[in-house]
Amino acid sequence: MDTLNYWLHSPWPWYVAGPIIGLMVPLMIWIGSRSFGISSNLRHLCAISQPQSIGVDFFKYNWREHSWSLLFAIGTMLGGFLAGVVFANPDPVNLSVEFLTQIAYWNIPIGEGFLPPVLFGLYWESIVIMFVGGVLVGFGTRYANGCTSGHAITGLSTMQPQSLLAVLGIFTGGLIAAHFITPALIGSINP
Amino acid sequence: MMRLLPYLFAGTLFGFTLVKSEAASWYRIMEMFHFKSFHMYGIMMTAIITGVLGVHLMKKFIGRASLEGAPMEIPVKEQGRYKFILGGLIFGLGWGIIGLCPGPIFALVGMGSIGALIALAGALHGTWLYGALRNYLPD
Repeated sequence: MDTLNYWLHSPWPWYVAGPIIGLMVPLMIWIGSRSFGISSNLRHLCAISQPQSIGVDFFKYNWREHSWSLLFAIGTMLGGFLAGVVFANPDPVNLSVEFLTQIAYWNIPIGEGFLPPVLFGLYWESIVIMFVGGVLVGFGTRYANGCTSGHAITGLSTMQPQSLLAVLGIFTGGLIAAHFITPALIGSINP
Repeated sequence: MMRLLPYLFAGTLFGFTLVKSEAASWYRIMEMFHFKSFHMYGIMMTAIITGVLGVHLMKKFIGRASLEGAPMEIPVKEQGRYKFILGGLIFGLGWGIIGLCPGPIFALVGMGSIGALIALAGALHGTWLYGALRNYLPD
């Protein structure tokens, strides 16, 4: 019982988490020949909220046929709630010494939890950064028709060359942002 | 509805794992893009290896009934070139800024994060923008 309690509360090493995430690919095929991925739900949510009579063609389809995907997203939220609130790990993220040295230069106070309070707090600058960053995520994942789960995990697992292109694009974009854009943006926030 | 319950369970396991592995943490993503830890690369590599082996195994069962009832098949992605590179690049820029990809956005919204909720609102607007502009974008 103590062991179970320990595993539910403590962070999981990569060699436990990676295989579970990878298992989603055959699991979704087994449940109903589905492609594991979550970002298509952004499209379904737009389709749900768009009025039937007017609007963009891209969102005119029967989203109810994709209820399975929406249910997967609801599960993801539930899983986040269970892991992050019910079985929360009281300790801060166990970052490498090298990275802690690095963000010391960015001058952001590290808070507890998963997200730097400066960037995820309710300051005008941080709200704009999170929203615009979110716009890029939404636009890009729909344009590429997949995100990390759909392309990096599912696409590469099923050996689809398009997904390799997408992963190269994703990683290039991430490197550019994390090295040249994000440090400057964080410096611009005045809490 | 009962037919769809397995998807809810799968999603719950996915969200639980994203949080327990700290893949849903902004810090971990920045650490990854700055090559300061093996953690995220270990997750991605073992996930892909498990996925490859899992799909290989599932191929033996193609045509048999899935849990939902229809014969099993391996889903295929649509074709194209520029949309994958450019879309990936745009998504990557966003990921490198907010430190969250769509899975963690949903998981963190479930945790009650206001920042993630703002990111989700942005992502829905970005999705809508793509829908409105898609006929002008190269495939």
